[in-house]
Amino acid sequence: MEAYLSLWETYGPRMLETFWTNIQLTFWAAIASVTLGALLALMRISPVTSLRWVGAAYVNIFRNTPLTIIMTFGVLVLFGVFQVQIADDFNLNFFRIAIIGLTVYHAAFFCEAIRSGVNTVPLGQAEAARAIGLSFLPAARLVIFPQALRGSIAPMGNVLIALIKNSTVAMAGSVAEISGTMRTMMEFRPDVGIPIFLTVAAFFVIVVLPVGMLATYLSKKLAVTR
Amino acid sequence: MSGSVLFDAPGPKARRRILILNIIGALGFIALIVWVISVLADYGQLAPEKWTSFTQSSTWQNYLLPGLMNTFKSAAIAIFTSLAFGMIFGMGRLAHNKIINGISSVVVEFFRAVPVLLMMIFFWIFFGRMGIVPQGDAPFVAVVLALTLYNGSVVAELVRSGVHGLPKGQREAGIAIGLTRGQSLRFVEVPQALVAMMPALLGQFVVILKDSALGAIINYNELLFSSRLVGTGNANVFQALLVAAVIFILINFALTSLAQWVSTRVARRRARADATDEGPGEAPGPPQTMGTTATV
Repeated sequence: MEAYLSLWETYGPRMLETFWTNIQLTFWAAIASVTLGALLALMRISPVTSLRWVGAAYVNIFRNTPLTIIMTFGVLVLFGVFQVQIADDFNLNFFRIAIIGLTVYHAAFFCEAIRSGVNTVPLGQAEAARAIGLSFLPAARLVIFPQALRGSIAPMGNVLIALIKNSTVAMAGSVAEISGTMRTMMEFRPDVGIPIFLTVAAFFVIVVLPVGMLATYLSKKLAVTR
Repeated sequence: MSGSVLFDAPGPKARRRILILNIIGALGFIALIVWVISVLADYGQLAPEKWTSFTQSSTWQNYLLPGLMNTFKSAAIAIFTSLAFGMIFGMGRLAHNKIINGISSVVVEFFRAVPVLLMMIFFWIFFGRMGIVPQGDAPFVAVVLALTLYNGSVVAELVRSGVHGLPKGQREAGIAIGLTRGQSLRFVEVPQALVAMMPALLGQFVVILKDSALGAIINYNELLFSSRLVGTGNANVFQALLVAAVIFILINFALTSLAQWVSTRVARRRARADATDEGPGEAPGPPQTMGTTATV
């Protein structure tokens, strides 16, 4: 117990600080990847063949690439080879490159989540909207998208949870975040290895479980009864 | 594109507009490709000597193929162990016994909420330091164990939702012919749930394969790790990572396509079954298969 408390004294602030980095990574990457994912989903459901093709190619490429490769790519290639500088500060630069990496990867999944939401809307809804005289945009705005959005809450919640957990992979992108802190702690204090793991894991459980419950609650509460 | 929710069959005007957008989209895409190629050329990344190491058999024999084998090794073992883990804890969550049910629920929920990388780092250092496994084997054991705990928990949830998706009559029939709850689960319900689970299960194998690349962070000598060695050794990191990514993409794309194919097969089988025996008390609902989209 004493050993565990001394652990908090030494590493407590750093744990909280680096976990806050994970939350920030998640926050920015979530905003960016939902935006990019929505754009890709629009491309994939549009009647324009070339856009549909590009959207499908994007999703198939990035959905099947390990995130670790994308993160390594950010550090060794974007920064190492092409000297990409999107911040003057060294650490901030890696932080932003990691956000790009997380965004590129998760946008493919958000795209599919949104698209699966659109697929939950029965064809009859669109036909009914047209039958009462709505043209394309009003039909999309008033009938299709409200239902599609509700249908995509649950899958989008799943992607968001994955994003929270995947923010740890930013370790491969040279970002000082919680899994790097855990590694240091484990190496210096292997005597309290299990408590260290349980403590860091608890951070994630505390964040992930409420997000999951909220997504389930919302998707049930807002579900379209058919 | 038949039966799109959003779009009617286009008339002459709309068709012209679509054609114009089509051309703009294609041109934009081509412009992007040209830009990428010109940037690569500017940085000398298209020079032949950057690529020649991948035409030498020694690169493949000494680095990439052993790396790929290690990726397959960890992924294949993790697939089997997580199936076993998932079956046990999935049935545990379906059990009526409060204690078994409670323990299974806590285990499954915990390992689904914890990042795989954290588990890998923990097992790697913990096993290595405690001498539970030889130092050299610690990364491999950590990769397999972490993949098993996470993906096994996901499989457990698949088993549970697969059984919940079955018609109630299946369990009632099992009980009626004198099976216990556990026997009915094992011999009647889970085998049927497995069929509906198949697409989602294949999707989960893609996740296992992708996540095995996390092993590179804990020095497990898999494909990403070995291609990084090739890249730093020959000053062609970009090309090396590209080759590794292409290998992963090809394998995973094949698995994803297989999952989609199985998914349509299962859906058709269900539809046929629904059409032929519309027995009383069993509503012919839409085919219940689990999608393949939401596997991150």
